[in-house]
Amino acid sequence: MPEPILKISKLSAHYGDFQALYGVDMEVAEGEVLAIIGANGAGKTTLLRSLSGLMSNEAGQITYRGQAIGALRADQVAALGIALVPEGRQLFPSLTVEENLMIGGRVNRAGPWNLHKVYDLFPILQERRGQASTSLSGGQQQMVAIGRALMSNPDLILFDEISLGLAPIIIKDIYAALPGIVGGGMSAVIVEQDITKALSVSSRVYCLQEGRVSLEGGSATVSREEISRAYFGIA
Amino acid sequence: MNLDSYTVTRGSKSAKIAAILGLIVIVILITAPWWAGRADMRLLGELFLYLALASLWNLMAGYAGLVSVGQQAYVGFGGYMLFALTIFGGVNPVFAIALAGLLGAAIAVPVAALIFRLRGAYFAIGTWVMAEVFRLSFAQVGALGGGSGTSLPVGIVRSMADGRSAREALSYWLALGVATLVVAAVYLFLRSRKGLALTAIRDNELAAGSLGIDIFRTKFLVYIVTCAMTAMVGALIFLQKLRISPDAAFSVNDWTAFVIFIVVIGGIGTIEGPIIGTLIFFALRETLADLGTIYLMVLGLVAIVIMLKAPKGIWGLIKDRMNLQIFPLGYRVETPDENKGA
Repeated sequence: MPEPILKISKLSAHYGDFQALYGVDMEVAEGEVLAIIGANGAGKTTLLRSLSGLMSNEAGQITYRGQAIGALRADQVAALGIALVPEGRQLFPSLTVEENLMIGGRVNRAGPWNLHKVYDLFPILQERRGQASTSLSGGQQQMVAIGRALMSNPDLILFDEISLGLAPIIIKDIYAALPGIVGGGMSAVIVEQDITKALSVSSRVYCLQEGRVSLEGGSATVSREEISRAYFGIA
Repeated sequence: MNLDSYTVTRGSKSAKIAAILGLIVIVILITAPWWAGRADMRLLGELFLYLALASLWNLMAGYAGLVSVGQQAYVGFGGYMLFALTIFGGVNPVFAIALAGLLGAAIAVPVAALIFRLRGAYFAIGTWVMAEVFRLSFAQVGALGGGSGTSLPVGIVRSMADGRSAREALSYWLALGVATLVVAAVYLFLRSRKGLALTAIRDNELAAGSLGIDIFRTKFLVYIVTCAMTAMVGALIFLQKLRISPDAAFSVNDWTAFVIFIVVIGGIGTIEGPIIGTLIFFALRETLADLGTIYLMVLGLVAIVIMLKAPKGIWGLIKDRMNLQIFPLGYRVETPDENKGA
């Protein structure tokens, strides 16, 4: 396996007295697409919040390109090249589509992604560029959220439940666009409840169960039984 | 659909007309000392200063989400700095206004370091507490008259310009200049990249942070700049009044409650809102002020009705119904019909 771009060691996370993650170990290789699956409350979103700096952790628990980032703020993490496509899109309602995308471009990192490239990927956004982001359909809003993250030219992109609340046909379109996004050598972590979709685009998969890693394996090689056991905790 | 027939633009026909009308109004207002009476000029001067205070409070609360009920701290501080600099430092009053702004920024830094630890309602209460600390502190300064305050010496007033009319004209132009500067600065700031970031923070702080926006630094910057300009306005207010006391300088009613009223009824989070709010506030004040306390009750009633029936304020109501833009911040799509019309 090539040198990991991201290394998570014994990561624990808390919401007050409630512990959401228990000593999670994980690695993401350069250019790799990693899937994280798990039931509701397994700790998937907490993991992504920790990776993107929205939750503070001990510095050494998360290492990105050799640098301890666990205690960094979200904007500092973003500046290093980690972008988050958050659960529920989290667009800026008073800004237009194009302004939402431009906010992503504030992180001044060199790379292939710009407004034109995002519009090439999602042509409908060019048509809607002057509209308020809230006037778009759920699928189009998800495209804005993905485009906004890409505008920062990240080396690692984190997708949190990109298919949640979307019609199957839209989910298909979004997943069809993924190879065009990660094909350029970008690493990606995809958190997803739709196991089939997650396995279809990733090379490796981790399953979380009650805040702990219950399975790690190749996406093409793990069996349904192994996933069931890891996902539900049953034999 | 033929996309070429649609254009995305920031400007609009209404914005262009408003810009031309705005310039004409400013030119007419500049000439006021030659055609307006003394009382009218005083009233207009006061209106401009309230417009400046309201625009600044709106930038802070409506865009940065910093709901302060303690901006009287900086109005009073600016006023006191004007008196201290001119009386003890021999500084020219006009130059002292600018210096009061710089000192306002300097004092806002430690204040922000303290109150930025608080959130929401606690932040609001914290700002009020700080304003009270300012009031009590200045009441202890015997050289500035202590609790009963002091007047600007005649020599300093005369040093501004020769003759009463010239002094009043200068005061008026300074007020007009500050109001124009504040509204223009707020508009240009909000159109800039930093302004976009500020709107993003207001909309969704978590998402803004994860997109690389340094939330603390952006809010901190807005707070310091707002407080500096509020201190300048405060200096101007007390240059017009020629007398200062802790109770007048740090009045929560005069410098914060009325300002919040103006912004809320005009439309918070819009540049046009404070302008409309200021006009309505002065119209109500001039027609109802003789009614005593009933005037304040009417103001309260108007605020409650607007908050219930038009939460986006009068400008929000106009904008939604007529799709008007006077200070265009966002982009909009123009259909072929609109293009033809423009």
